[in-house]
Amino acid sequence: MDWLSLAFMQRALIAALITGLTAPAIGTFLVQRRLSLLGDGLGHLAVAGVGLALLTGVTPLPVAVAICIAGSVAIELLRESGRASGDVGLAILFYGGLSAGLLLAGLAGQGTGTLSGYLFGSLLVMTGQDLLYITILGVVIVAVAIGLLPQLFAVSADEPFARSIGLPVRLLNIVVVSLAAITVTVSMRTVGLLLVSALMVVPVATSNHLVIGFRRGLFAAMGLGALAATSGTVGSYYLNTAPGPLIVVIAITLFAISWPVSRALERRTRRVVELPDEALLAHQPTEVHPHVHQENCGHLAVQHAGHTDYVHDGHRHAAHEDHYDEH
Amino acid sequence: MNGESTTLADAAVVTTADAAVTATSVDVVLNGVPIVREASLEIRPGEMVAILGNNGSGKTTLMRALLGLVPHRGRIALFGTDLDDFRDWRRVGYVPQRGGILVQQATAREVVASGRLSRRRAFLPASAADRRAVDDALAEVGLAERARYPFVRLSGGQQQRVLIARALATGADLMLWDEPLAGVDRNTQELLAGVAGRLKARGATIVMVLHELGCFRPLIDRSIVLADGRVMPPGYSHHEHDHDDHDHDHEGHDHRAAHGGHEIDEVERPHTTRTGLEVG
Repeated sequence: MDWLSLAFMQRALIAALITGLTAPAIGTFLVQRRLSLLGDGLGHLAVAGVGLALLTGVTPLPVAVAICIAGSVAIELLRESGRASGDVGLAILFYGGLSAGLLLAGLAGQGTGTLSGYLFGSLLVMTGQDLLYITILGVVIVAVAIGLLPQLFAVSADEPFARSIGLPVRLLNIVVVSLAAITVTVSMRTVGLLLVSALMVVPVATSNHLVIGFRRGLFAAMGLGALAATSGTVGSYYLNTAPGPLIVVIAITLFAISWPVSRALERRTRRVVELPDEALLAHQPTEVHPHVHQENCGHLAVQHAGHTDYVHDGHRHAAHEDHYDEH
Repeated sequence: MNGESTTLADAAVVTTADAAVTATSVDVVLNGVPIVREASLEIRPGEMVAILGNNGSGKTTLMRALLGLVPHRGRIALFGTDLDDFRDWRRVGYVPQRGGILVQQATAREVVASGRLSRRRAFLPASAADRRAVDDALAEVGLAERARYPFVRLSGGQQQRVLIARALATGADLMLWDEPLAGVDRNTQELLAGVAGRLKARGATIVMVLHELGCFRPLIDRSIVLADGRVMPPGYSHHEHDHDDHDHDHEGHDHRAAHGGHEIDEVERPHTTRTGLEVG
């Protein structure tokens, strides 16, 4: 545990913790809106900010934050007006950002070595000032994501309904993409601009396997993200690699483990599932039902009223002539 | 009972300024295609009105226009206030078509809780009244036991009931329901008719886009029929297509005569659906 006394490792760990908490918090809203890859695009755009900062000799983080927020708001307004013609406009913006960043860094006399510290994270280069920015922005992101959780959930789940109850939908959408932009930029020293999107999406998918409920899912994803980010950071110290790839590999490993765990949980919840209201399901044939229930078919069998129901996926099925009824 | 008769008496004397919904010469053009043309309608408080029409007749778009969800020309007013200036959204309970909702792991209760947001302040937790309204709304649609169930794992009919509960949770007195019967089984239809009947008895105004009146038939005061984006004159018979598979048990239903004096433009009896049709 000698690394704990190293100042750069302390900074890296705190930054990793903040990244691990913020990226899945915002990612939850993006995944729900089917914008999983927005973070990836914003990461590309942030490279332009880094390149510009390297060329002008200023601190990269604030420049990247500014460019990324501007880009994300532009994207959201284009999306809302329906003028972003498919994905093409976004692709041009994102790869334009990446190319511009690489070009500007080249003009600044910096090779790809310098840039890779931003693309895949780096343990060594974070300054105390960087950490201060990251901490402040991280607190803002988490406070807004949790404080506006019901509103942001409503907008990302069902925009027309959100409008119909008078929520400021455009403002809330801009809040989400701006928070995503800040999250991406804040992560550039820990998981890196090219890999941050994984930390926004993978823990969310994992939590989706493990818990029920949007709110609980968001907190579980934050926990999983923090676990992956901090353990990946420590691991990369021992492996002497960039932290980003290891963080993402750990996040994906957690996802892989969650598969069988979710199956086991599902089997367990099957046995405590509440029965649907009887009156409503007097005679309701199931939809296509390829599986033939029988004894020991693995589905919970319920004996009642002289016949046997088989429970699966929250339904109780009873054989009736050539089909199954919902019971 | 008392509330209902009062409401109907009020409805008889309201003026245009007091109408719950007013649309005057409304046009909606989407992607260069005119969907709604010169539509005018007025819905009085406490009325239950069906908007009928075939697929593509513009009924869903008209409802979306009434909510300001699609750009329109012409004048739309809710409770006498022009839509652009309307801010009293807590009075509106919208049920969109089921397909549009995007949730991963949200529970039924979380979806319903969204309905309270027109009454909640940002950054503040839900009040006891908010929680009670959500519980009541879930109980009203018979899903109290399903509250913690993931929305996506519910059946189509149960999902529809969740969306209705979300509209009920708003506490609104103007309900706008888009195809609440689409893809739901007979029992759920009857349950939803009960919900609508109780809303109506409390004096709520209910506008529904429907493909067929179904179980709502005894409750509907009036139908507005759209064809090719235009509101058809009263007396125009909506072509209820060959819904024999749904209509065969209508006989068992109570066709109440008293509808507060409003005329029912729609074909009244189920088995006249073919003979009573003139399109023109």
